[in-house]
Amino acid sequence: MSNGITFYAIFFAAIFTNNILLTNYLGMCSFLAVSREVKTSQGLGMAVAIVMAATSVLNWLAYRYILVPLDLVYLRFIVFIVIIAAFVQLIEMIIERVSDSLYASLGIFLPLITVNCAILGVCLFMVIREYTLLQAFFYGLGSGIGWALAIIAMAGIRQKMAKARVPKGLAGAGITLIIAGIMALAFMGFSGMIQIT
Amino acid sequence: MAQSKVKRVFLEDLGSGNPVFAQVLGICSTLAVTNVLKNTVVMCAGLVFTTALSNLTVSAMRNVMPGRIRMMVETLIIASYVIIVDIVLRAYLPDVSRQLGPYVGLIITNCIIMGRAEAFALNNPPGLSFIDGIASGLGYSYVLMAIAVLRELLGSGTIWGYRVLWESWTNWSIMVMAPGAFFMLAIFIWIVKGSSKREKK
Repeated sequence: MSNGITFYAIFFAAIFTNNILLTNYLGMCSFLAVSREVKTSQGLGMAVAIVMAATSVLNWLAYRYILVPLDLVYLRFIVFIVIIAAFVQLIEMIIERVSDSLYASLGIFLPLITVNCAILGVCLFMVIREYTLLQAFFYGLGSGIGWALAIIAMAGIRQKMAKARVPKGLAGAGITLIIAGIMALAFMGFSGMIQIT
Repeated sequence: MAQSKVKRVFLEDLGSGNPVFAQVLGICSTLAVTNVLKNTVVMCAGLVFTTALSNLTVSAMRNVMPGRIRMMVETLIIASYVIIVDIVLRAYLPDVSRQLGPYVGLIITNCIIMGRAEAFALNNPPGLSFIDGIASGLGYSYVLMAIAVLRELLGSGTIWGYRVLWESWTNWSIMVMAPGAFFMLAIFIWIVKGSSKREKK
């Protein structure tokens, strides 16, 4: 159904008009917990983008060449989550060996990513929408960048908000959700450009 | 004695320990379907089922599970129950299943289920863990159902698909779109936190 869409349309739609965080609410837990500082948000955002792009390809291959031929499609939840967990572990080990500074900045975020719903969400969306391999890669990459964009923007706003006086019960999670709502409104402004469903 | 303990667990999960208000956990997968009440109810039923049974299983296996791979085992247990939910929905409620799309699968990554397994089921006997699973599932569900009722009412003028508001009611289209859920949840948290602070004084 979606085979007519070019990959760059999917890429930009995943960043702006169909932002995985602001229109599908995926990845909210780490979004609310980690978006206090711009620096940590950048680290987490980068890690999510890399893992999302890579796991969407890996899961696409596993789905098309293992699950579909064997008629085991109903096992996809387990297979996807195991592949994501294994990939995150692998990346963590590689980064630890290769670069200390990269490990210091990304390493602590990697375990968090396994339970990030956005990653699994991207894999499930791509299966339902019947993307090709190239489309799946750009969808994963675009969603990752879109998620990173949202969390970095939120961290920037929250740093400024630190000095503002917020009504009592609204401090913390409440005000963050309201900011997220306003950001979602702003991102809706893009929706005239491209739409993917 | 045992009865009072069960009651305490139950009430704590519904009230002060409510995962949505206390830590804003686990809203990811379910918030997205709160624009229609029917989908929310189905989704919440699936969630209560998964939380209760995975709590029971994790608790029953807690003495034989190696500590190092415990998270992976828990995830696989949760995923198995979610597969059951998915298959049942496909068979009996195909329309709802199609509308929910990927969100049923995303119950796996719902932080509440994992959170209860880690925080409660690992240290408590199976029976009590089962009760805890049901209670925290319900505590979470009633918040989301309240959001769903308001969003469907204001956004489409209907509840459960039936027309409730008068014909000339202008639908607040913002309510069925993404920002509406963020604002509704923020307002709910504001009300609950604000009133609980006053009680303490």
